[in-house]
Amino acid sequence: MALLETRGLTAAYGDFQALFGVDITVGAGETIAIIGANGAGKTTLMRSISGVLANAPASILYRDEPIGALLAPDILSRGIAMVPEGRKLFPSLSVEENLQIGKYGRKVDGPWTLDSIFALFPILKERRNNPATALSGGQQQMVAIGRGLMSNPEVLLCDEISLGLAPVVVRDIYAAFPSIRETGASIVIVEQDIAQALKVADRVYCMMEGRVTLTGRSSDLSRDDIHKAYFGTEHHELA
Amino acid sequence: MNWLDTILQGVLLGGLYALFAAGLSLVFGIMRLVNLAHGDMIVLAAFLILVLVTTLGLNPFIAALIAMPLMFAIGWALQYFLLNRTLGKDILPPLLVTFGLSIVIQNGLLESFSADSRRVFAGSLESASVNLGPVTAGIMPLMTFFSAVTVIVCLNQLIYRTSVGRAFRATSDDPVTAGLMGIRPQRIFAMATGLAMVVVTIAALYLGTRANFDPTSGPS
Ligand SMILES: Nc1ncnc2c1ncn2[C@@H]1O[C@H](COP(=O)(O)OP(=O)(O)OP(=O)(O)O)[C@@H](O)[C@H]1O
Ligand SMILES: [Mg+2]
Repeated sequence: MALLETRGLTAAYGDFQALFGVDITVGAGETIAIIGANGAGKTTLMRSISGVLANAPASILYRDEPIGALLAPDILSRGIAMVPEGRKLFPSLSVEENLQIGKYGRKVDGPWTLDSIFALFPILKERRNNPATALSGGQQQMVAIGRGLMSNPEVLLCDEISLGLAPVVVRDIYAAFPSIRETGASIVIVEQDIAQALKVADRVYCMMEGRVTLTGRSSDLSRDDIHKAYFGTEHHELA
Repeated sequence: MNWLDTILQGVLLGGLYALFAAGLSLVFGIMRLVNLAHGDMIVLAAFLILVLVTTLGLNPFIAALIAMPLMFAIGWALQYFLLNRTLGKDILPPLLVTFGLSIVIQNGLLESFSADSRRVFAGSLESASVNLGPVTAGIMPLMTFFSAVTVIVCLNQLIYRTSVGRAFRATSDDPVTAGLMGIRPQRIFAMATGLAMVVVTIAALYLGTRANFDPTSGPS
């Protein structure tokens, strides 16, 4: 049974329609990757699920409950936390305060506490009293992930956590994901780096122009299939 | 020691202005809303205290304690049901609405209390004073000053040391992301305005016992 599911999800910004009937499912404990080119609608999908954008109630189901029309705080309190694109840390708050505020709307005992997040990302403990914006990009991303975990979510949505970061830093950040999976949480990551997405996810959805163009288990997808779904053209051996 | 005296009176009077400003800046700091009716809210609170003192025969300090939760509720409701609707990218709507509110409060008070100037009497405290070495200071100005310091220290602790204070700052930084943390910006704003009205009540207590006021004193 799917824990989280979208059914014919549509979304628009004013007159501009960004999603055209997106269907995805996320099982309990599963890690899903959403890939797709710039403007494919990945962030719009994340914003819809997390309640930043309002949708038709039955277009998003969580534990079979229609949650499409709920606001962000109601989504969080049900156990779906978001690590937004661009990190979006609060500049007026220190590193530790940024983490603490992650559980403002959902105080649930579980594996994630300030201490266990400091154990996951030790550098944050050293910098705990710094303003969040005084950190490097990679460290800020760690704060953003930690902030999402503080509510002990059942589903963690991560939008482009490797954006603008050096490959070694991306590797360090993805090194934390096995520990997150171990807690039994479901994870949805949006990732432009296809190799990284295939490595971390059980299943992959590829989006193009507001639609899902390809889906399957990471191990079953061929490079050609992905290339075609990603760009809408045949693979012409570019690299 | 006339000049020392003058400086001291000036500093103590500064306490009253600090109280006026604290509520205003709390609201501005969190939601970038300039409340043009702030002065009128102070006068409204002063009339509320006056009514409690004259009809129930209460001590003005007790009256202010009773007025505080009432003013909190008024501020909360005002923000939640009216001012929140005016907030957005454009700064003009809140200016227009609070300007209108200022007129509504002034005329409402004129209708109910006439244009006569009033005063809240604090009894013997009004003329009491203490000798501080070469100078003397009135008890009321001293209390005003220390109330202002206390209010500012308390607000500071609230904003920098509590979970609600974190939510205030986060909402002021980025209300959309604050929503993802489970913060409801509309309620945070309402709470901030409610708190500002508590500070307003304290300011009104000292304004009303220090000088005459009438329904149109707000803007000045
Ligand atoms: N606030 C907005 N107002 C209007 N149009 C928007 C807005 N946000 C996104 N769009 C449009 O919606 C479409 C999907 O955008 P979205 O941000 O979901 O893409 P994305 O897949 O996350 O892209 P990227 O990889 O660049 O982050 C794009 O065409 C974009 O221009
Ligand atoms: Mg995006």
